[in-house]
Formats: sequence, C-alpha cells, structure tokens
Amino acid sequence: MTRLPLVLPFSAAVFLGISAAFAQQGTAPAMPADHASTADHSKFEILQQDFASGPEVTAACLSCHTEAGNQVRDSIHWTWEYEDPILELALGKRTVFNNFCGNVASNEARCTSCHVGYGWDDVREAPPEQANAVDCLACHDRSGQYTKLNDAAGHPPLDPVPEGAHTITGELAWAVDLSKAAQSVGAPGRENCLSCHAYGGGGDNVKHGDLSSALIAPDHGVDVHMSAEGANFTCTSCHVSEAHKVDGSRYNVHASDPHSAEMAPGARRDVTTCQSCHTDSPHDATITGVRLNTHAETLACQTCHIPEYAKGGVAAKTMWDWSAAGQMRDGKPFTLKEYIQGDGTARPTYTSAKGIAEYGENLEPEYAWFDGQLDYTTRSEVVDPDQPVQVNKFGGDPDDPNARIWPFRVMHGRQAYDTELMTMLASHTWGPETDTAFWTHFDWQKAITAAMEYLDEPYSGKFDFIDTEMHWPITHMVAPAEQALQCESCHAPNARMAGISGVYVPGRDWQPATILGLLILGAALLGVTGHRLVLLVSKPKGNHHG
Amino acid sequence: MVERKVKIFTRFNRLWHWSQVISIMLLLFTGFRLNGLHELIRFQVAAGLHTVVALALLLLWAFVVFWLFTTDAWKNFIPTRRGLWQVIKYYAYGVFKGAEHPYRKVFHRRHNPLQLLAYLALKLMLFPAIWVSGLIYLAYGLWSHVDGASFLLQIVANIHILSGFAIAAFVVVHVYLLTLGHGFRSHVRPMVTGFDTVELTPEEEAFLKTSEPWRLQDDPEPARVQG
Repeated sequence: MTRLPLVLPFSAAVFLGISAAFAQQGTAPAMPADHASTADHSKFEILQQDFASGPEVTAACLSCHTEAGNQVRDSIHWTWEYEDPILELALGKRTVFNNFCGNVASNEARCTSCHVGYGWDDVREAPPEQANAVDCLACHDRSGQYTKLNDAAGHPPLDPVPEGAHTITGELAWAVDLSKAAQSVGAPGRENCLSCHAYGGGGDNVKHGDLSSALIAPDHGVDVHMSAEGANFTCTSCHVSEAHKVDGSRYNVHASDPHSAEMAPGARRDVTTCQSCHTDSPHDATITGVRLNTHAETLACQTCHIPEYAKGGVAAKTMWDWSAAGQMRDGKPFTLKEYIQGDGTARPTYTSAKGIAEYGENLEPEYAWFDGQLDYTTRSEVVDPDQPVQVNKFGGDPDDPNARIWPFRVMHGRQAYDTELMTMLASHTWGPETDTAFWTHFDWQKAITAAMEYLDEPYSGKFDFIDTEMHWPITHMVAPAEQALQCESCHAPNARMAGISGVYVPGRDWQPATILGLLILGAALLGVTGHRLVLLVSKPKGNHHG
Repeated sequence: MVERKVKIFTRFNRLWHWSQVISIMLLLFTGFRLNGLHELIRFQVAAGLHTVVALALLLLWAFVVFWLFTTDAWKNFIPTRRGLWQVIKYYAYGVFKGAEHPYRKVFHRRHNPLQLLAYLALKLMLFPAIWVSGLIYLAYGLWSHVDGASFLLQIVANIHILSGFAIAAFVVVHVYLLTLGHGFRSHVRPMVTGFDTVELTPEEEAFLKTSEPWRLQDDPEPARVQG
C-alpha cells in the first residue's frame, strides 16, 4: 500500500548545478625564471684586470653604468635613513634602536660591514661621498665567492686575509677574487640579498624570523615561491625596483593593496605585494573561494598563507637578554651552545658578549590589526619601566579599508635604559681597539657612557635593564596553498584570532543569540519532556496507538 | 459527511516536506558546527554545505510559493480561530485523559487551527527571518565596505542564529506532537503515502469522484491518473 516517493534531497541536485556554474580558475601570471642579460661581462676589457680593492671594481662599473652609483646613493640601502612623511621623524638604521644589537652608532665598522658601500665608519655623518664608495658586487656578484668582512665597514677580505677574520655570514674569511666577481655580475640572486638580510642581528635568522639562509635553496614547504619546485623566485621577483630603489619598506609597509594585478605595460612597478601578482581576489570562484576572497578584505594574505615562520631548520632568535651579558668563567668570557636547531647547528644560548638568547623554529605568529604605518620609539622618548618598551608601535582601525589583520613576529629583549632620565640607552659594544667597548672590556658603564658621548645624547650615569618588545610583520616563507591555515585555525575558541577585536569571527565566541537560542531550544525540549512525563503518569485510556 | 481515505499530500507536497526535513536537519547540524557547538565535521565543509543547502532550500521555497498559489493548496493556510481553543485544551488537558483529538481533518483544511497558527508563524516570520538574514550574511562581500560593516554583520548573524534556534525548537515540538494521540507512525504515514482520513461533504465527495478520482484511495472506479 505504501508507495514511497523517491525523495532526493533537493539540495544535491542544485549543488551540482551551482558548482558547475562557478568552476573556473584564476592563476597568477608566470614570472620569468631568470633575467637573460644582453651583456657578458667577462668580455669587457675593463673588468679583465687585477683589482686591488672594492672601490676599484666600482670605478670600472661606473665607467659604463654612469648613473648607477647616483641611483644607489639615493636609496635607503645607501642612506640607512628614512624620513617618515607622516610622523615627520628621521628614522632608518642610522638613527633607530632595536632590541637586537641595539644601535649602529659607535659600532660602525662592524655594523656597517653590511652597508652597500665601502668605508662608512661614522654614521653620525652621511656615507662616504666618493662615487666609487658604492659596493656593486654585494648585490650583483654572481660568482658566489664575493663577500664582506664582518668588521671592515663593508670591505671584502682580500689577500692576505687577516688571521681569524670572519665574513658577514659568520664564516672564516677567504680571499675574494675581485676580477672573477666583476666579470660574473648579473641580477641579484637569493644569496646576494640574504648574505646581509638573513644575518641581521649578528647571526642566521636572528632578526627577521622569516628570512634565513634556509631561503637560499628552500624546500617547497619552506617557501612556495622561492623553491626550485615552485616558482624559483629570487628576492627581486617580488621586491621590484626602479632606479635601484627597491620596494618593500619596514617603515611604511603596504598593509593592503586594493589593486588588481597590474602587470600591463605602463602599470606601476613599485609595489611588493601579494596582490600585485595574485590580484585582491585570488581564490577560485567556488563556495569556499568566494568566502575567502571576502576574507582578503579583512586579513593580509600572509595571515593564512604563512602559518609558521622560522622554517627550514634555521631557528629565529626569540629573546635576547643583554642584562645577563658580561659573566666570566675562570676570568674569561665563555659561550654556551645549548640550542640545536633543525639543521643540526648549535646556536649560542649564552655568550659573555651578548647575554642570554632563546630560539624557536616553526613559530606561530601573533596577530594584530595593522595599517602599514610603523612608529619607532626613539632614544629621546620617556619610557614606562613598568611595562615592556615597544621598540616599534603600530595601529590599524578595523574600519580603515587599508588595515588588515597581519601576522607578526614579536622579539623580546632586555636592554639598558637610563633610570634617571627614563630613556633608552645606546651602547658601544664593538671596538677591539677602544678602552670602552663592551665586547672587549665587559663594563656596561664604560660602554654606555662612550656610546652616549659619541652620539652627543644625554646620560645621567645611572642605568638598569628594561624589557622591550619589537614587532616584525611576517611576509616571507609563504607555504604552499595546501598548507595554508584551515578555517578552524581561527574559527574556534582560543584559536589564532583570540584577542582580535573589531571583527565578527563565527565560531570563536558564543553570540548572545547562541545563548538565547540554546535557552529556547532547551525550553522546548524541557516542555515536551514534561508533557510526556505528565502523559505517562496520567496513563490515559484509549491512547492505544501511542 | 463521510470519512474517506483521500490523497491530501500530493507528490510535490511530500517532496517539499521531506526535502525540507533533510535540508533543515543539515542546516541545523552545520549551523551548530559553525557556531562552535560541535566539531564533528571540518569548519570549511560545514560552511560550504550550509551555503549550498540553504541556496537549494531557497530555490525549493520559490517553487513551493509558486505551487501554493497556482493550485488550491494555499487554502489550507487561511488562518481560523474556529476550534482553536478546543485544540489548545486537548494538548493541555484532554490528551492526559485519553481524549480523542477534537479536530477532524477536512479536505483543504488538513491542519488543525493551532497547527495552522504555528505553521503560519514559521512560514511568515521565522523562515523569512532566516533566509533574509542568511542572504544578507552571504552577500557580505557586497556591503563589507560600509562603515561598521563588521558590527552590522554580527547583528545579522545574531538574527540568523536566533531564527535557527527557533526553527530547531519548532522541530522538537513538531516531532513530539506526532507521538501523541494515534501515535508517531500513524501521524507520519500520510506524509509518506499521501493518503489520510478526512471528512468529505457529499458535494466534495461527488466532485472528487468525477474530477479527481485518483485522490480517493478506496474508490471503486479504477484510477485514471496517478498523483
């Protein structure tokens, strides 16, 4: 008697239709793998000579590339100076302090070893004025054997190499063949940029967290763009430049890029953003993809696509406590290397010169609203000793169309401050010839006094150590798509978006309606249960079917 | 008046009902997941399923509205107060004494007055509230640029969630009431077979005999058209 109608869930049929309608793909435009040069520099006679110094090579370069030197000298790579147009502050490496090595001034020949020039030994002055003081080879050497000494204000190690000299990447120095280097020049490769940028703060991945030697030949999972199996990008594939001005500022970050792909002729080439290739709606037009494109109005691409940084076996330094520096063992400075990172290298956890260090690998970023504007605390600012000093500060209003939720690496430090003036202090750490350098004499009072006098900045004579924090927007080490964050990485209680305000995150916290709704549902269940109980107790007659 | 087994739920009617059952169950299950009430499936799967099923259900409703108003079926939903009190008294009191349900289904009035009020509230308030808020939510990308969009979204979401819970409460009471009186199986059977016992006036019986004989299950004349 029963003819069961064939009831298909109506949804199934429609689902197929909707999926089919949206099944089109968007892909990023392909990048050329390498720049095919029109010149073989080994054929230029001027480069076939025995160069006695870096500046001699540069002079040869400039004989053809007449404007290259001026262009470099007009870039932040040269000036280490950034005039913030919004804050009206002079920032840049020359001026700011950080919670790594602290300050450049008074430690020049060491810190300026990574300057894109030769002989800048006093950052109170602008870099040297000679045209050939620019270091072309640091970026353009493709022979792989050019390097810079770690304490010679940018000069390379030449024959005879001083005993025990080290390069900027921490290796024992070798004699650079300048002629070979000059004849090899080409567009910068990953190792060119990374020989400085991966070693900031005095060691591999000490500073950035997302820039390490692991990016020279990264696995697919470490960086989808730079790996050989991936796009095999160099740094300059994204960090586009014009007239030697390379885009990608840490002072004024492109927190968002509401422009679609602008690869057309005549389009601007000055942005280093994900969107400049991937557009601002890069996900497939599927049910999930459409939703993710809406997410891109709230989140930086990096937030989902860089679930972890300090990948590839190279740890990032996470804490640097200068206050513990200066301890001696048997009257001598000593080093403990108790952190073994993924690639097997032991990292120093205590050195008399630098104090206590902590490291981490495959680290989960912290998240915050960010509109791209980073403000820096200067040494003239009064600090509050009751809370960590924010070395840099930033903001972002959720209603600002340019603000996004960004991933950050937070570096924790403990460094010297003036207990009377309540200002941060500089210190003279490097200077083997001086009577005051901390790394030679291990005396904070001498080191601080020397640096503050050098800078001509006030110092009361009383110092102590204070906790500091520095935020670094994370943007490198992009994971392959399949390793991107899943929804529940954020849409769950106490997940990655915990503590982010100004945005509705379903699944993160219970809404008022959830609580009220549960009460309504509970009342309904209670009501029918009560009704059934009364029914059972009253045992009605005639209810023979029930 | 005669009591006859009459096909009161046509094939489309039953397709509507059971598709709605499956859809609402899926929507509640995935909706609870999205609100963090369980973690039985992945969030992405829940979000995708919730969206697709909701759009499908909306399409179904569009067909239902069309069907209701192009047939006489809409007449079932004209509200009435006649007999309402008796039905309320039955559920509140009579049922415990073993009383018979006071309502006799008639053709074109297959719901009792209380049921009708509940269904009308569902169809005219809860369903519109949930699908309007749902569509606004779904179209967030189109209005996310307005000031305070995220807060507005949260309000829309709260309306949506509350409507969802109210529908869940309806489902609980709806299913429970099926277990009363003649029991669950006997109450569900008409929505499976389409046939139920209703009272027909002689005129209605005569009309059905001549014009829609397929509606009468035990009609002596052979059925010509299957519904």
